[in-house]
Amino acid sequence: MAVHKVVGTETEFGITVRHQADFNPVLASSTVINNYAGGRARIQWSFDEESPGRDARGFGFEDALPGELETGLVNVVLTNGARLYVDHAHPEYSTPECYDPLEGALYDKAGEVVMARAVANARLVMPAHERMFVHKNNSDGKGNSYGAHENFLLARELPFADVIKFFSTFLVSRQIFTGSGKVGAENGRPQVGFQITQRADFFEEEVGLETTLKRPIINTRDEPHADSGKYRRLHVIIGDATMSEVQTFLKLGTAAIVLSAIEDGAIPEELALEDPVSEVWKVSHDVDLGHLLTLADGRQMTALELQWQYHEWAVKYARSSDLADTYEHVLGQWERILTDLESNVSSTADRLDWVAKYRLLEGYRERDGLDWDAPKLRLLDLQYHDVDPEKGLYHRLVNAGRMKRLFTDDQVQRAVSDPPERTRAFFRGNCVARFGPALVAANWDSLVFDVGEEALKRVPMMEPLRGTRERVGELLDASPDAAALVTALGGS
Amino acid sequence: MSDKDRKQAQKSTADQEDVAVEDVTSAKGEEITDRIDDILEEIDSVLEENAEEFVKNYVQKGGQ
Repeated sequence: MAVHKVVGTETEFGITVRHQADFNPVLASSTVINNYAGGRARIQWSFDEESPGRDARGFGFEDALPGELETGLVNVVLTNGARLYVDHAHPEYSTPECYDPLEGALYDKAGEVVMARAVANARLVMPAHERMFVHKNNSDGKGNSYGAHENFLLARELPFADVIKFFSTFLVSRQIFTGSGKVGAENGRPQVGFQITQRADFFEEEVGLETTLKRPIINTRDEPHADSGKYRRLHVIIGDATMSEVQTFLKLGTAAIVLSAIEDGAIPEELALEDPVSEVWKVSHDVDLGHLLTLADGRQMTALELQWQYHEWAVKYARSSDLADTYEHVLGQWERILTDLESNVSSTADRLDWVAKYRLLEGYRERDGLDWDAPKLRLLDLQYHDVDPEKGLYHRLVNAGRMKRLFTDDQVQRAVSDPPERTRAFFRGNCVARFGPALVAANWDSLVFDVGEEALKRVPMMEPLRGTRERVGELLDASPDAAALVTALGGS
Repeated sequence: MSDKDRKQAQKSTADQEDVAVEDVTSAKGEEITDRIDDILEEIDSVLEENAEEFVKNYVQKGGQ
């Protein structure tokens, strides 16, 4: 039986400051994080339980990863249970643990609002002629990429080899509805005017532990942030940061249901590709969706045909399983997007970032007679992802009624301040909101309190589905301070 | 699968979705047309100045 698919995303945002001679991205990122004025606790992120060098295939990685270690410098934990910090010279937002893909899409969107507020405040403390920009994108167009990762809770007993076998071709073919679009190609790939994804050009391996170079289709980082005897956390690094709410929901939802089906043995065929790495960019470079991928057994299928196959298996799986209503929503949106991509790609411009952006750029090309290498088109590509609600082109399309939404502004605002109620993020977020000054460190799977005694008090949270409102709501309400909470929890 | 099977599979999930799901779209959402000119004019008014310089200086450190 598949474990419940707790999901989350981590997004490294692009950052730049115009008219600042000595621009330093680490300092600028720190300025963003330090100026977030919403509910938060500025505390140490304890790394003692983290092991990003552990490999799911069973072997380790001896060298420290310096980029991971310097992140302790600027770190805040938000009242919604999320983490906001500086990572690899980028401001990064990690959603709290979400109960399902719909909640995942909501807290991913809340992250953009958090970042936009932080930027607005940062601008107030910067010299007037300097201007800071933060983009939810994944590439600078010059060969540098930064990630948007998805996380899914898996059963430890699922052999990792099954993930590699049954999930790889799904990830390669899903790009047709997970890409956020990009002008040109990078990293030595053949030049194109426009392609479906930001990230495809940067994938160079089928399977591996790396995330910053030689990026693999399947990342083997084995760091569950939970009981490692029971769980894995699949760290999916081959995806774009997405602005469209429907698209983020599709990205998380389709992956979650396919992973559940893999755990339950309901994906009957590998659909192994002859050369998966080159198919990643070939699918991305084909905006007409006609490219035929070659399977290891010699068959040829389009990305759409492959996705229809996974959809069929997922529908069959859903019928035989006790899945929540959210997954009926996933299957419906998935079916609709494949149907529409098949009949008329443009008709998906109200749901898919790459299609919305492509239409916009084609409009400019036609009106202004621009070639694909025109700086104006690259600027439009960038500005689509600007988190500033006045400037970001995605936001302009939403305001013009051209993009479908799944959430109201009120729902997003609530997700900025309040944690999910059905995961341990509820406990973390509430502790930040209620007992922030007593918190000295946090991690995904523990909180450390200073309650005025000699020893610090550590509260482990190894079960992602405990610490919910149902389980700890009353306890939190009955605890006037952190000391009372720790005593009530057993005082360890 | 055959086209017929696929259509049936599509229909059944679409029916279920129609019961369970409500998209939130702004009031103008129904009026999406193929005309793109009006949105281009709106974007002209917010597009950052000096595209060439902006794009040239947009260099990120690699990340994950």
